[in-house]
Amino acid sequence: MRKIKLKISQSLKDFFEEIGDMVIFTGRVIRQFFKGPFEHRELLKQAYYIGNKTFPLVAITGFIMGLVLTLQSRPMLVNFGAKSLLPGMIAISIIREIGPVITALLCAGKISSGIGAELGAMKVTEQLDAMDVSGTKPLNFVVASRVLATTILVPILVFWADAMGLLGSYVAVIMREPMPVELYISLAFDALNFEDFIPSTIKTVFFGFFIGLIGSYKGYNTNAGTESVGLSANSAVVTASLVIFIIDLIAVQITDLIYGI
Amino acid sequence: MDKVITVKNLKKSFGENHVLKGIDLELSKGDNLAILGRSGIGKSVLTKCIIRLIEADSGMVSVLGKDMYQLDDDNLDEMRRRMGYLFQGGALYDSMSVRKNLEFPVRRTQVSRKKGELKDKVEEVLQNVGLIDAIDEMPADLSGGMKKRVALARTLILEPEVILYDEPTTGLDPVTSGEISDLIVRLNEQYHTSSIIITHDMKCARITADKIFLLHNGRLLYGDTFENLSKNKDELIKQYFV
Repeated sequence: MRKIKLKISQSLKDFFEEIGDMVIFTGRVIRQFFKGPFEHRELLKQAYYIGNKTFPLVAITGFIMGLVLTLQSRPMLVNFGAKSLLPGMIAISIIREIGPVITALLCAGKISSGIGAELGAMKVTEQLDAMDVSGTKPLNFVVASRVLATTILVPILVFWADAMGLLGSYVAVIMREPMPVELYISLAFDALNFEDFIPSTIKTVFFGFFIGLIGSYKGYNTNAGTESVGLSANSAVVTASLVIFIIDLIAVQITDLIYGI
Repeated sequence: MDKVITVKNLKKSFGENHVLKGIDLELSKGDNLAILGRSGIGKSVLTKCIIRLIEADSGMVSVLGKDMYQLDDDNLDEMRRRMGYLFQGGALYDSMSVRKNLEFPVRRTQVSRKKGELKDKVEEVLQNVGLIDAIDEMPADLSGGMKKRVALARTLILEPEVILYDEPTTGLDPVTSGEISDLIVRLNEQYHTSSIIITHDMKCARITADKIFLLHNGRLLYGDTFENLSKNKDELIKQYFV
């Protein structure tokens, strides 16, 4: 019993220590955004890698997401004679919730783990230390550029996923019966309001920031040994995914308070 | 003589493992010290504590007149630019070519240098370490000895006043080890640097150092020339001369 208590208290201590470390790390990274020297080239390089490698994955996932959601929702709406509400319902689901969250989870799996593994390998091979000892500020060059790239790129990827989701939904609709694309767009966008876009876009900025930050934090704090690189990548995915759900929960509550929706 | 590095009563523990138990060390301008010791005894920890890659538990480290543990982040970066550190594995940036590896620290720390000047400087330093032909190679394509030379060139390009060498000859064959040791001596003279060389290679210590210390049981012992130490009858130091 005493052993279990000790283990629990140690786990809690480790957990809160990591939260504290992460908060300090976040502060140091945010400071780098304003401090410079700003690395345009590194930012563009990271944005290219992140965007280029994730665009096809997000497109396919978004398309299938819209297609499946429509196919599964249609029978219920047909039963209630509310078939015409289908495009609007799907659009609201995708724009408000499914698009941002699914895309962010994909990015957590692909980008956050990639950053965690890359920085972890740099840490293990002392490349980050080498930058540190030459005064070249690895936090600025390596971390801030990646975090800024994900903060900018994830909202763009979410828009892309939303668009592909609506395309998938339209394909699902015309698989059952013909509908002009103009009518589908009109029905979908008539159901959407300004309040649907703003909160979901703002939360994707936070998703992007934390996807980059958590990947960087895990990689930057990798222990010695190649095994730790794998652990860092894995831990980055798990933590980033959890943080995405927490941010989503907070965003829904705030949106509810502000817009009452 | 001007003191470049002064270490007083430096202590560092990892849990119950007391690695450094009160290190005192002085490095004068132009001097080269070697610190010998068995693997895992804490030699690298000592140099990393000096450059603050690892935070010491207590004690004082002064480099070029500044207390390293009183510096804020910006001043620490500034001070580190005046120091060089050669890592055991070279720690070359594997996503950059040899040229980029050398340009990177200069570009990040010396804003005013013109592109043509930087190119000339990179070529000059690579020429000095005998690797001008490898300028466009990637680190993965280099041998162990070549990596050490490039890492040394990357350290020298910032023109440091003091260099800490962490096992510069580890993992190299005896011929290449000798070449690297000779190179260290030549470059220290050419660039007027002072240095601390961490090694367990007695031949490297003999070639490179004016004074040799032995790190044993968390403390620095001896601190004498190679010739005097070779005559020492103490069992502890004798085993290094076998």
